Amino acid sequence: MFSSGVNILEYLSQGAWTTISIFLVSTLLAFIMAFVAGLSRLVKNPLIRGFTTIYVEIFRGTSLIVQLFWLYYAVPMLFNINLGSNWWVGVIAIALNYGAYMSEVVRSSILSIDKGQTEAGIALNLSRFQRMRYIILPQALRLMLPEFGNYSIQILKGTALVSLIGLTDILYYGDIYRSSNLSEGPMAYMMVLIMYFIIALPLIWLSKKGEKISRRGVAS
Amino acid sequence: MEPIVQYKEIHKSFGDTHVLKGINLDIRPTEKIAIIGPSGSGKTTIIRLLMTLEEPTDGDIYVAGENLWKMDVKGKKKTANEKHLRSVRKDIGMVFQHFNLFPHKTILDNCVTPLVQVKKMKKDEAVDLSKQMLDRVGLSDKYEAYPSNLSGGQKQRVAMARALVMKPKIMLFDEVTSALDPELVGEVLQVIRDLAEHDEMAMILVTHEMDFALEIADRVLFLDDGVIAESGTADEVINKSDNPRLQEFLKRFRKEEV
Repeated sequence: MFSSGVNILEYLSQGAWTTISIFLVSTLLAFIMAFVAGLSRLVKNPLIRGFTTIYVEIFRGTSLIVQLFWLYYAVPMLFNINLGSNWWVGVIAIALNYGAYMSEVVRSSILSIDKGQTEAGIALNLSRFQRMRYIILPQALRLMLPEFGNYSIQILKGTALVSLIGLTDILYYGDIYRSSNLSEGPMAYMMVLIMYFIIALPLIWLSKKGEKISRRGVAS
Repeated sequence: MEPIVQYKEIHKSFGDTHVLKGINLDIRPTEKIAIIGPSGSGKTTIIRLLMTLEEPTDGDIYVAGENLWKMDVKGKKKTANEKHLRSVRKDIGMVFQHFNLFPHKTILDNCVTPLVQVKKMKKDEAVDLSKQMLDRVGLSDKYEAYPSNLSGGQKQRVAMARALVMKPKIMLFDEVTSALDPELVGEVLQVIRDLAEHDEMAMILVTHEMDFALEIADRVLFLDDGVIAESGTADEVINKSDNPRLQEFLKRFRKEEV
């Protein structure tokens, strides 16, 4: 029983790099999207704001798996756009989806900084950019940390969907293993869970750390 | 002497509430002005318009002859943009009721950051100047402390140092003692008293510290229902005016103090 567990883990680890690489790159892109979209929703220009709002609401309002299928099956046929490998399709779908969610974290954290901070910045004649860069963002970032930690764990779990567009990640190998060793099905999926949990452990630790830093940053 | 600040027929509304109803006011370069009046009379709004924190609904404000809220674009008057506002408000500083220190920066960095970013001063010069100013307000042992570790009175003194390092020609004080515990009010007033005696700049104080206002102000304005109802030296306004609204205000005020 134990040795079969270890065997399965070893078998699943063939998919670990796919899962981890998709996780890392899509998380990085999701962060970038979050800041671009979050800040865009705070600018004066109604065109930029409107466009970003549409992006955020569409990607928040529809399911990730449907978006994945859209990018993989529909977009290439409709617009003749090829996003490259299915690895990239997976990364981009996840980044756009979670970027939309996380942009709300960016936006609301910035808005939650006391108005007096902006006013003090104006009284010291800091420019709009300088106020954002030196006064508002450093404080808002601390508020974002715990939420970002949570979302990065969610992104890791979300990567399991990419097995549905033919990527050979951990879940994919779990499925393969089960279909050739039917009696070991429960064990196979148990090991899949354990593997995801192991990868998530450092993230859980990091988001706890983020919460601590965040708590330290409040109160003037 | 040319006035450094001029308000001309200034109106300000917030939604349906007409807060300022035609303010006309000239301020001389070294003048110390105290604005008193019942709450809701628009005292704070007057100085917030000058600091560009609110935009007037109507009228003009001039700072050293420059129109603050309007700029010339090819001979036409247009609403000022950020660049224009920054160039006109560079000589104005303000201290707030709730301090508004930057909580993520040390006391020293609260002062150094604007010097380096806005005045483009070299870091070590900025540090020297900031330390000088913090010494002046009596906080030489707190350079590396964070605002959250200070008392209210200390925070407000840092806020004053931070405004002063920018060498403003006009300093605005928005009820700077209202959020303080009573026993901490004195140390903050002492700093203002020192400034009023030794510095050349114009000062406008919105305050509830009536006796203090009368002590340092060259001119006292009584604001009532959005207009300057009385204006003159402390003695003229307090002792010689027969404005019934002012008398009522003073009476209520004295009662609260006792």
